[in-house]
Amino acid sequence: MAVHRPQGLVSDQQSSPLKVLIADDNPTDRMILGRLVARLGHQVFSAENGLEALVQFSAHQPDLVLLDALMPVMDGFEAARRMKLQSGENLIPIIFLTSLTETGALVKCLEAGGDDFLTKPYNPVILQAKIQAFNRMQDMHQTLQDQRDLLSQQHERLLREQELAKIIYDRVAHAGSLDADNVRYVQTAFAMFNGDILLAAYKPSGGMHILLGDFTGHGLSAAIGAMPLAEVFYSMTARGFNLRDILLEANNKLSRILPVGIFCCAVLIEVNPDKGLIEVWNGGLPEVLLLDRHGELLHRVPSTHLPLAVASAERFDPIPVVLPMAPGERLLCWTDGVIESRNQAGEEFGEERLAEFISRYEKHPQAIFDGLLEALEAFHGSPEDDISLLEVVMQPCKAPPATLLHEDVRHLDAQDWQLAYTFRAASIREHNPLPFLIKVLMEVPGLRSHAGRLFTILSELYSNALEHGLLQLDSSLKLDSRGFTRYYLERNRRLAALQDGWVRVVLDHRPDVAGGALTIEMEDSGEGFVEHNATKVHEGYAGRGLALVRALSEDLRFNVKGNKVTVVFVWQLGHTASS
Amino acid sequence: MPIKATLSPDGQELTIKVSGRFDFGAHQDFREAYERGGLTPQRFVVDLNDTDYIDSSALGMLLLLRDHAGGDAADIRIIHCNQNVRKVLSISNFEQLFSIE
Repeated sequence: MAVHRPQGLVSDQQSSPLKVLIADDNPTDRMILGRLVARLGHQVFSAENGLEALVQFSAHQPDLVLLDALMPVMDGFEAARRMKLQSGENLIPIIFLTSLTETGALVKCLEAGGDDFLTKPYNPVILQAKIQAFNRMQDMHQTLQDQRDLLSQQHERLLREQELAKIIYDRVAHAGSLDADNVRYVQTAFAMFNGDILLAAYKPSGGMHILLGDFTGHGLSAAIGAMPLAEVFYSMTARGFNLRDILLEANNKLSRILPVGIFCCAVLIEVNPDKGLIEVWNGGLPEVLLLDRHGELLHRVPSTHLPLAVASAERFDPIPVVLPMAPGERLLCWTDGVIESRNQAGEEFGEERLAEFISRYEKHPQAIFDGLLEALEAFHGSPEDDISLLEVVMQPCKAPPATLLHEDVRHLDAQDWQLAYTFRAASIREHNPLPFLIKVLMEVPGLRSHAGRLFTILSELYSNALEHGLLQLDSSLKLDSRGFTRYYLERNRRLAALQDGWVRVVLDHRPDVAGGALTIEMEDSGEGFVEHNATKVHEGYAGRGLALVRALSEDLRFNVKGNKVTVVFVWQLGHTASS
Repeated sequence: MPIKATLSPDGQELTIKVSGRFDFGAHQDFREAYERGGLTPQRFVVDLNDTDYIDSSALGMLLLLRDHAGGDAADIRIIHCNQNVRKVLSISNFEQLFSIE
């Protein structure tokens, strides 16, 4: 059909003409309306009844339908219903042409899907206004639909990406040695990423490091910090660093990477079954509880530090609390989600309820973990926040896998050597030289499978030299648990103030056909102790340390003054460490 | 408006008052309260008298304010904390960073 430009009417503002379908069984009315619409600049399609209108509707996909209500073959009501069905989500306005005046008939038009009415005789100005109004509505509808589609596409893409990221996050945040027998844990997620992180790793010398953390907020931003934290934790634990060093590095790294305002509340734990010790550092998490074999509360370790990534390096305090922990004793630790979980009435689970609950398990502490989980679930129905719950029971740890350190099998023929290092006060104050020494030893391929033993030997000898030789600490302090805490507080105080003194380490390795012999000499600038205090060596924890070294090595000898110890470690090809 | 900022007559002290829940929902308003153009107060006061609840993202916001106010040199007092709010602040050891009253 021809498209006419409007004549004598206010020019239409829209540039593109619309396709308008007109259905009326009255030929005169149809023609008049057709002319009017054409003069407004639109393309007109006509039909004589409802059925014909439907055919035209499918064939031309009009933008607007002007529909007479009463027509032969199929009336306008039925035609409108079918058109609406056919157009689905798209908005194709239907205007009923009517001389009907009773309300009942008008309601019928609306029920059939009509959007408006046009009464005969037609007023060109009103017609134009209606066409324009519906055209604008159509545009808006289309924009809305496009934006909705775009949003849902992007949302889906985001979800897919988050799912991928979650796989990576889960591998990083809940990885390591969490399957160890002595560790139990549960984590529930409120969001896809719950921001909680739980890491565990064996130390080369036996024992474990465990980290429970809770990043600020929920979601992706909360999860981002998990990656660098896990990396620091695993790599430094594997290389034999202690908690203090790991904490310093983790705080440094996270402070550098994370934007201000995102930080990580965390508890770091070092379990040392050989010595029956545990070290706990709490920065921003609820109190860590230590229960004895019968479930009675022994110690609480409240948060005394700023969370990770909050404090500058100078202000950050990485010194953990040291506590004795006997086999069968257990440590409980959780994120604030446990305390803050709320029931239907909005009531918090709270610390009191928790304390009361724990005291109920005094005779059977082994059931406390499951009991607490059940109680929490019964309390709130479904998880409200991130809940992470951790239990560590003291028991002899299995040896770490021998492949933990330096898998590269570089062959070194030059195995006949002697090295001597002297660590002076400044270096002793700031650094732990053990990872460095162990790295040197791991250059000998045959020693790699003995990393755990060597680490234990070196760390016992070094502690001995440092604590008794340089810091002049009296190990009889450690006979009871209060003295224990005092001992380690004093140790840290004196170490921080250390100005003079040195520790000299001589490593001497001689290969033979069957393997080799490593002689370790550890000398300190202290006064020595054997002559005037010989019995002390065999008592308390210091005595236990040296007994351990004696058991792991071939020979252990002190010089007369008691400030130099020599240990010989013999290794054979094909024999790996069994303890 | 859950966040209200008032500047002292001499322009030296900005008091930010938080009502209701101090959580991520307050993020934008809290930030705007101290970032409004032209303000150069020397001291900040965060008044939590009408704050019922505070979560870890609010702690993050306080750190952002601290950073804005000069980091370690910032002079920020957090006042009128109820018992719960105080507890949350002290678990994270924020008394090392802010003066909490």
